Amino acid sequence: MAAPISACPACDAAPLAEEQAGKGYRGNGMEAKRIMLSLPQIYCAACIAGVERGLAKQDGVRSARVNLTLKRAVVDVDQDVEAQTLADYLTGIGFEAYELDPGQLKATATDKHGKDLLMRLGVSGFAMMNVMLLSVAVWSGATDATRDLFHWISAGIAIPTVGFSSQVFFKSAWSALRVRRLNMDVPISLAILLALGMSIYETMHSGKHAYFDAALSLTFFLLAGRYLDYRTRAVARSAAEELAALEVPRALRVVAGQADEQVPVSELEPGQIVRVVPGSRVPVDGIVTGGESELDRSLLTGESLPVAASPDSIVSAGEVNLTGPLTVRVTAAGRDSSLHRMADLVAIAETARNRYTSLADKAAAVYAPVVHILSFAAFLFWVWYSGDWRMSMNIAVATLIITCPCALGLAVPAVTTAASGRLFKQGMLLKSATAMERLAEVDHVVFDKTGTLTEGKPALDALARHKDRDLQVALALAEGSSHPLAQSLTQAARAAGVHPAEVSQVTEVPGKGIEGQWTGKTVRLGRAEWLGANAVGQTATYLSISGAKPVAFTFTDALRPGVEEAITALKAKGMGVTLISGDVPAAVADIAGRVGIEDWQADTLPEDKAEFVARLGKSGRKVLMVGDGLNDTAALAAAHVSISPASALEAARVVSDIVLLGKSMEPLAGAIDMSKSATRRIKENFAISAGYNLIAIPVALLGFATPLAAALAMSTSSVSVSLNALRLKKG
Amino acid sequence: MNVLVYLIPISLLLGALGLAAFFWTLKTEQYDDPDGDGQRILSDRWDDNPPEE
Repeated sequence: MAAPISACPACDAAPLAEEQAGKGYRGNGMEAKRIMLSLPQIYCAACIAGVERGLAKQDGVRSARVNLTLKRAVVDVDQDVEAQTLADYLTGIGFEAYELDPGQLKATATDKHGKDLLMRLGVSGFAMMNVMLLSVAVWSGATDATRDLFHWISAGIAIPTVGFSSQVFFKSAWSALRVRRLNMDVPISLAILLALGMSIYETMHSGKHAYFDAALSLTFFLLAGRYLDYRTRAVARSAAEELAALEVPRALRVVAGQADEQVPVSELEPGQIVRVVPGSRVPVDGIVTGGESELDRSLLTGESLPVAASPDSIVSAGEVNLTGPLTVRVTAAGRDSSLHRMADLVAIAETARNRYTSLADKAAAVYAPVVHILSFAAFLFWVWYSGDWRMSMNIAVATLIITCPCALGLAVPAVTTAASGRLFKQGMLLKSATAMERLAEVDHVVFDKTGTLTEGKPALDALARHKDRDLQVALALAEGSSHPLAQSLTQAARAAGVHPAEVSQVTEVPGKGIEGQWTGKTVRLGRAEWLGANAVGQTATYLSISGAKPVAFTFTDALRPGVEEAITALKAKGMGVTLISGDVPAAVADIAGRVGIEDWQADTLPEDKAEFVARLGKSGRKVLMVGDGLNDTAALAAAHVSISPASALEAARVVSDIVLLGKSMEPLAGAIDMSKSATRRIKENFAISAGYNLIAIPVALLGFATPLAAALAMSTSSVSVSLNALRLKKG
Repeated sequence: MNVLVYLIPISLLLGALGLAAFFWTLKTEQYDDPDGDGQRILSDRWDDNPPEE
C-alpha cells in the first residue's frame, strides 16, 4: 500500500505529518496508528460511502479511506483502537472485513517501481509525439536547412529521452551480457542505440533519413508492454501479500509468574510452553501438558472427524484447536516442525516445474540471434556489393529497427493483462507468470477432498428428523459454544425457526461438551464417550436429557458451492478427474458419489498423493492439482499447475500457481477455457508480428526502407497485436 | 517559413505542459485506485471536504 490516498490531502496530511514527527495527535494527545482492513466484497460507490461513513462514526477513528481497486481500507486510529473491533463492526453492518498485518504488505517499494515505469513511459510518449510531429514535416517534403533544423530539434528531444526512458532496457541488457547471455533486451538496446547514433551522424552530415522517431516509438511501445506486464504481476503480488497478511504467525508463550506474551513463532524454542486458545491454529509441534480439547486435523491429514487431545497427546503445527484451551510443550518449532519437513518435499518437486519455458522465452530464443545475424549479413553484403560504408550501415540499422520486437514485446503482456484481469474478476488470482500457459495444457484434474471439494465445515443432517424438544434444548446448549459442530447446529436450528428452550447454568466442559439445567433435569450436548452413547460412524454430536437414551445429531461436510458444475464441465471437456484424500474410505466414497467422481482414493499419505500426481505426469498427462491442506503441498508442487482456495494453509497457497479467492469452485472450468483462448491469442500475436516482418525484412534488406516505412510497420503491428489481445475481453 | 520560429516553440511548450500535467497526476497518486475513483463520482458525498456529519 502506498501512503493514504485522499482527495483531501490537507485533512490527511495533518495527522500524517504529526505521526511522522512523533508528536501524537493534538485532539486527545494519543499516538496515531494505521490499520489496514481487507474488504473482499465491496464493489460499488455505495459500499465505499457506507464503509467510510461507518468507520468515521467509530470512536478513535481519525480518517478512513477505501481503495476499491485493492479492496482495502486504510484507517488512521488512536493507539487504543483494535483492528478486530473495526473489522467486526464492518462485518456487522454488512461489509465482510478482515484485519491485515501491515508488516506483510510491502507494496510501497514495488509501487515505487510501477510509478517509475509510468514516468518513463510518459516521458517517452511525450517525446515520441513531438518528434513524430517534426518527422511528419520532413516526410512530407521539408528539405535542406528546414530538414536539418527539424532533425536537430528531434535530436535535442530524443537524446535525453532515450537516456532516461530506455535505461530500463539498457540495464537489463547489460546484466544479461555480463553473464554472457542474450535476452530480449539486447536486440532492443542495440536497435535503440544504433538508431540514435546513426541518426545523429546523419543529422551532422545533413543526411536525408533520421530515425529519431523510430528510436522513441520503440521505447514507448516496449515500455507500454513492460508496464502492462508489471501491473499484472503487481496486482497478483499485492493480493498474494494480502493473503499472507491475513494470518499472523504468532504464538502465546507462557512465562512463569507473568502474563502470556505474544511472540513470533520463529522465536520459539523446544522446551518452551505455549498456550493454544480454542479456535486458533497450533503453531508448533509439541506435546500437550495441560487442558482437554478436540483438534481438527483436516488441513494436515484430510480427516474430517475431530480427534480428542488431552495431556501427553502429540500435536502438530497446523492443527486447529476446537474446544478447550491447551498448553503445549514445544518439541519442534519453525524449521524443524512438520510444516517444514513438508516443505522439503515441495522443494524437490519445485525444481521440476522451473524447467518450464514460457512462450515468450521460446520466441526470444529464436528471434534474437536471427535478427542480429540478418542485419550483420545485410551490412556485410552491402559493403561487399557497393563499398559504401555509410549506406551499408544505414541498411543494417534499418533492418534492426524494422524487425525490432515492438509487437513481440507487446504480444504476451497485452494478452496476459487482459486475461488475468478477467480471471481476477471471477475470483482467480494468477500468482505465477506462466500459470496461464500451463493451465491451458491441462488434461487431468486431481482434487483433494476436505476443504477443497467440501467447505471443511460440517452441516447438520436431516433437521426435520429430530423432535422439536431435542432441537430446542440442543440449540439452547449449543448457542454459547464456539465449537464448530455447536455453531453449525445453532445456524441450522435458527434457520429452521427453532426457539431455544430455557436452559440455565450452561457450562462448557473442555474436550467433552456443554452441560446445563432444563426443567430440573441435567442436559448435556457433546461427545459420545462423555454421555455413554454408542458412537455412530460419522461426525456427530450427542444430546442426553437426564438419563434418557442419547440422541445423535449427525453432520456431513457441506460441498463447496459450484463443485458439481465445475466437475460436470471438466468431464464434458473429456478431462480425467480424480479424487484423492487422506480421509477414511466411507467419507471419501460419499463425497465422490455426490459430485460424480468415479475415480477416487482414500487413506493416502502426503507422499502417496505427490507420487500419484508425479506418476500421472510421467505417463504424459498434464495434471492440474486442486488442494488446500498441508498434506497436499507436495502434490500441488509436483503437478503441472496447481490451484488452492484462499482458505488453504499458507504453505499450500505458496506452492500453488493460482489462488481461488472466492468460495465457489465454479470458475475453474471457465478458467481453463480462458487460458486456452489466451494462449491462442498469444500465438496469433506472434504470427501477426512474424507476418509483418516477412514483408518488412526483405524491404529493409534491399535498402528500400525509409523512416516512414519503419514508423508505419512498427505502429501498425503494435496496434494490431494490442487489438487482438483485447478481443479476449469480449470472449 | 518564418512562422516556424513561433510554431515550433509553441508546440514544444504545449507538449511540455501535457507532460507537466502527467507528472502532477503521478505525484498526487491518481493512479492508485482507478476503480474507486470511477465509482466515487457517483457518490453524493463531497469528496474534497471532510464528511459533515
